[in-house]
Amino acid sequence: MEFLGLVNYALFTAIFIAIYALLALGLNIQWGFAGLFNAGIAGFFAVGAYTSAILTTPVDDGRLGGFDLPFVFGWIGAMLAAALVAWPIGKICLRFRSDYLAIASIGVAEIIRLVIKSEEVLTNGARGINAIPRPAGDIGYTESQIAYLVIVLAVLIAAYVLVERQFNAPWGRMMRAIRDNEDAAKAIGKDVEFRRLEAFIFGSALMGLGGALFAHFNRSITPEAIDPMVATFLVWIMLILGGSGNNRGAILGAAVVWIIWSVSEIATDRLPHEYAIQAKYIRLFLIGLMLQLVLRFRPEGLLPEPLRGDLRGSRRTTKSGTDPD
Amino acid sequence: MLELDQLVMDFGQFRAVNGCSFRVDKGSITGLIGPNGAGKTTLFNLIAGAFHPTGGRIRFLGEDVTGLASHQLFHKGLVRTFQIPHEFHKLTTLENLMMVPPSQPGESLFSNWFAWGRVSAAERDVERQAYETLEFLELTHVAHDPAGNLSGGQKKLLELGRTMMTDAKLVLLDEPAAGVNRTLLRKLETKIAILNKERGYTFILIEHDMEMIEKLCAPVICMAEGRVLIQGDFETVRSDPQVLEAYLGETTGAAA
Repeated sequence: MEFLGLVNYALFTAIFIAIYALLALGLNIQWGFAGLFNAGIAGFFAVGAYTSAILTTPVDDGRLGGFDLPFVFGWIGAMLAAALVAWPIGKICLRFRSDYLAIASIGVAEIIRLVIKSEEVLTNGARGINAIPRPAGDIGYTESQIAYLVIVLAVLIAAYVLVERQFNAPWGRMMRAIRDNEDAAKAIGKDVEFRRLEAFIFGSALMGLGGALFAHFNRSITPEAIDPMVATFLVWIMLILGGSGNNRGAILGAAVVWIIWSVSEIATDRLPHEYAIQAKYIRLFLIGLMLQLVLRFRPEGLLPEPLRGDLRGSRRTTKSGTDPD
Repeated sequence: MLELDQLVMDFGQFRAVNGCSFRVDKGSITGLIGPNGAGKTTLFNLIAGAFHPTGGRIRFLGEDVTGLASHQLFHKGLVRTFQIPHEFHKLTTLENLMMVPPSQPGESLFSNWFAWGRVSAAERDVERQAYETLEFLELTHVAHDPAGNLSGGQKKLLELGRTMMTDAKLVLLDEPAAGVNRTLLRKLETKIAILNKERGYTFILIEHDMEMIEKLCAPVICMAEGRVLIQGDFETVRSDPQVLEAYLGETTGAAA
């Protein structure tokens, strides 16, 4: 049975990596391409998780809903809700320069967490929402994990393709230009405020979707899950390590950092009980150390931002000799 | 084409532009000179919509445009370059030009997902136009280099190139010659003259290089301490005693 245990662990890890990859992709839109320092990922994650939970769970008298809808509606709803929450926040906070935006967004995420924790009629308060249906959840444990992994991967691939398309299109070029030099972008007619808001909402919608995928995987969601440590800062490290400005980097970063994070948990659990509790905090230190090392020795990340020549990449232009020379 | 009426710009207690009025005719190349701190660049920032004037009106093409934002003015045909080059350093030189044309279909998230054919077709046109511009500027060899790696003079050319990627009517050039070597400078003068004659661009040019002003500009406006000192042809302005005083008195002016 040792083998089955390993398989289950691998499946569990892979699902988590895929969910985190979605969050990292969302952050890449905001930071990697638009240069927006969103330190409130946990907030949008929470909005998505709770929205989908409320939409898809059976009726519960103690709180809002549930509406017993199919999970697809829950996931779409999660994206819409996260986008709707991002809109006014972006409208107000995007006026700030990057570091102030970071502080404001931490505050916003904390407000969202406290609202979720205290508004029992909305979210069932601290007890959270249970019995969230999982697609293909009523078959055997391993089979159900495999099925969910397939679904999550399909969502991730679709998201990757859709985001990558935008990055290679004039939209991505414009966002990178705004990030590089805001004044010049304005002087050549780009509506910087509107475009930033667009990127902020787009990224937040993906974070909301990540939250929904997590809630359905976990089958429950409580305010405990909205921990800025694991839902915000871990995602930041994934993106920075993987390579901000590069979608594949974001996904790779999610895999690398999550594996380090979860293996370190196994390691600390093996310590004698009296040290195990303390060692958990060492993991937080390790994550901080990792970020420092990456920023010091490889600030561009494992997969740096690619230099894009034109729509089809500079490879084609050199090969077929589009150069007028 | 452009009329400034009693423009005033205050930064706290300091009045950088103090009741500036002049008009620029279509098809002209107006030279704007004056000692450092005369308010020339501030005036550009006002005209281009980067700053909101404390007082006065700006009319462009017969329309009151006071207080419009930079990107709105751009869409009306008013383009500016920067004294310190503002290239997009992580974009290639080609991309720096390709992103200029206004209202590209590929700037919409929706079109990129659902109307890719239209986006690609527009991109091909923009790409061709960008290559033509690079050729005109003799920058083709650096098309795929990150713009941040260009030399100072090349960046200046790139700034000029941006104005060619759109249907500009009025182009504000802020010290296009600063930091550019002599050979490149002569080239730049030629390019500006060609754009003026063949494309019908109207220019306002801030410049300290008097040779360039003399060659290109009529009329010449001299500013000092936020005001228009004198307007006229190059010879008149150069021999005006007030202008000489403004330049020679510069050190005492700056110290005050």
